[in-house]
Amino acid sequence: MSITSPAVSAPIWGVSGVLTRFTQMPLTWKILSVVLFALAWEITARTGFNFSFPTFTQTTGAFWEMLTDGSLAGAYLRTLQPLSIGLALSLIIGISAGVAMGLRHEFEWFSLPVFIVMQAAPMAALIPLVTFVYGIGMTSKVIAVVMLALPVIAMNSYKAVRNVSPSLVAMCQSFTGTRWQCITQIILPASSPMMFAGLRLGVAEGFSGIVLAELLITPTGIGDLITYHRSIANFGHMYASIVSIVLFAIISVGILQWAETKIFRPEKRGV
Amino acid sequence: MTMAAIQTDVTVHEMPQTPHPIIEVDGISKLYGDVQALKDINLQFETGHLTSLLGPSGCGKTTLLKIIAGLLQPTEGEVRVKGQAIDGPGRERAFVFQDFALMPWASVLDNAAFGLKMQGLGKAERRERARHYVAEVGLSGFEDSFPHQLSGGMRQRVGLARALAVDADVLLMDEPFSAVDEQTRRKFQEDLMHLREVEKKTFLFVTHSIEEAVYVSDRIVLLSPRPGRLSDIIEPDIPRNVDPDRLRRDSGYLDTVEMIWSSIRKYVE
Amino acid sequence: MTLFGRQIPMMSSLIIWALIWEILGQFDLVLLFPPFSEVVMALGDVLTSSSFAEAIRVTLLAYVSGLGLAIVVGIPLGFLMGLVPVADKMLNMWVNTFLAAPLSALVPIFMILFGLGTPTVIVTVFMFAVWIIVLDTRAGVQHITPSLLEMSRSFGAGRGERFRMIFLAALPEILAGIRLGMVRGVKGVVIGQLLVSIIGVGALFTLYQQNFLMAHFWALILLLFALALTLSGLVGKLEKRIDYYAGNRSS
Repeated sequence: MSITSPAVSAPIWGVSGVLTRFTQMPLTWKILSVVLFALAWEITARTGFNFSFPTFTQTTGAFWEMLTDGSLAGAYLRTLQPLSIGLALSLIIGISAGVAMGLRHEFEWFSLPVFIVMQAAPMAALIPLVTFVYGIGMTSKVIAVVMLALPVIAMNSYKAVRNVSPSLVAMCQSFTGTRWQCITQIILPASSPMMFAGLRLGVAEGFSGIVLAELLITPTGIGDLITYHRSIANFGHMYASIVSIVLFAIISVGILQWAETKIFRPEKRGV
Repeated sequence: MTMAAIQTDVTVHEMPQTPHPIIEVDGISKLYGDVQALKDINLQFETGHLTSLLGPSGCGKTTLLKIIAGLLQPTEGEVRVKGQAIDGPGRERAFVFQDFALMPWASVLDNAAFGLKMQGLGKAERRERARHYVAEVGLSGFEDSFPHQLSGGMRQRVGLARALAVDADVLLMDEPFSAVDEQTRRKFQEDLMHLREVEKKTFLFVTHSIEEAVYVSDRIVLLSPRPGRLSDIIEPDIPRNVDPDRLRRDSGYLDTVEMIWSSIRKYVE
Repeated sequence: MTLFGRQIPMMSSLIIWALIWEILGQFDLVLLFPPFSEVVMALGDVLTSSSFAEAIRVTLLAYVSGLGLAIVVGIPLGFLMGLVPVADKMLNMWVNTFLAAPLSALVPIFMILFGLGTPTVIVTVFMFAVWIIVLDTRAGVQHITPSLLEMSRSFGAGRGERFRMIFLAALPEILAGIRLGMVRGVKGVVIGQLLVSIIGVGALFTLYQQNFLMAHFWALILLLFALALTLSGLVGKLEKRIDYYAGNRSS
């Protein structure tokens, strides 16, 4: 056989060229967007429509103060403990359960309904019950994180395994791959992008879980900062705490999303 | 041009006879629930020949190919390769997929080496062999590219290199050029003819294109739909040693195409 | 899955889970679970109590208003973002931010701004539901086949007609967004009421918790879960009926 016409067709490059230009532009838009948001916040607060609504500058001031006096760092240190333990547990259980359900019909039949219910139902309602039984300590908070993060991780892993192209699996079989080879060489790598996306969603849910736990169970960490500053009507600090945890969650999820596009780039372009 | 009635022929020609055909399809039927996809197929495939399975959609040609590949189990009957009944995929058969079935996360070289990896070959050796076949299908210089960087035609060349690398006796090709544009497709067909000369393998080729089947095949197995049955076996009598452009204008070629079309057009409406 | 050649329905394994639950409860193996039979018994108690009827009324009111608000605000916002590039660039970041943010953290703010009552819960439901509706509507509007718009223009369709066409073409995505918004809204109404804790099911949870009524607590949770699942099931059905023409647009 001889070499055919040169490889990559023009449209592919054209699209990626446009894409790079697009990724460069939004930063200016983002900054502009944030500035407008801050301005709107400042002006709204200055009209004094509600005594408990601090201005943007007050909030950033409070944020700086908590950052420098170390109270924010301390709070995060406490918050991150149950969060990371809960996420690690969700990850291990969720991925194993999801992969098992994707590969074996018995597992699917047995466990999938539970995860479907868990994902569609308001699991947060269970948090008071968990507190009721396990007290107000670490255990309850870890369980709260797991309850919210686990279903989405398990469901995504399951769907990821199920979505692996049947022709890739047939390919592996036709080249005399064993079942184990097909799982490790084809099914797991092919499902990893979607699994990773599930992990990202799980982390977002986990943040919800820990915030709820710290607000509902007993104020610790960042939940303590929010509750405490609210109780002494220190609204600037309260807002700063809330904004900080929201930002922290967004940035964590953003980093995961960035990693996702870095690691799984070839697939993103689609074959 | 010769036409043979169902299941009688296969051996009337002046081709040299091998005592055992490499693949024997014996009384294959396939049911999907209540739907009969294939009904009592009996076929033999000679070593070194290129046979096309041709028919309108729903005639079960891909199903038959996948049964021969060992990817599907027949409801009845058996397939023998070199006299041995098969119970799954084997090393003597290699499959080329319609949708290429390339691993998007692996380079061209690693994709081509996949079959060898499954056979337990060491990394250095399988890469070396894969490199040879990647060059043979005309992709030298693209060893480290990823599938998403290649055009459809080039992707299928990778699929072909992967199938050649395991050095199977039989190449099973499931509409390999259907996802490729027309120009590339013609080039591909010519390359396939060339490959046949060089590699001395047995080819089974599923296609829905009459022109393609007539152009590349020693023998065309015509299947009719619902249920999929053998309808005709045609051995196109066309000159093989002329250049492709002349062949496409050859009256034998054109007549065969016309004849097949008139025999299957009743299924298309 | 099949057993002895017969198809076993998908959700039937839940019966086995209920059995496991009963066993765990009978032998006090996991503190969290009272016997399932006790929970079923409590179900009748909870359902017939007047506080439950009141709680459901308050909850539904907050849910429906919050969701309605989210739909009324979300669809036009999605349209705006889908059709006006500048609006899209300004708002896209915020929509995605709120979609991924732990919104429960914002509830304390709502509680101060809107008081410890239904308005706070409505705002919570709204915040949980609106962003996905915006995002899906935007996606639907942006993914309309350009040839469809060119066709309508070439046949001289007026502005209103073109708008109608965009809406209908984007309808499958809009409905998908509303369905996801409904599921999120249920979470919102529960979380809002849990944090406000003096109205609706939140008040009931507090009541059962304070009186150590474990079985009642579980019964209420099961009722909530059942409501949430029925709701998403119903919308799923509705969505399937729209699918017949969505299928025509093969992605």
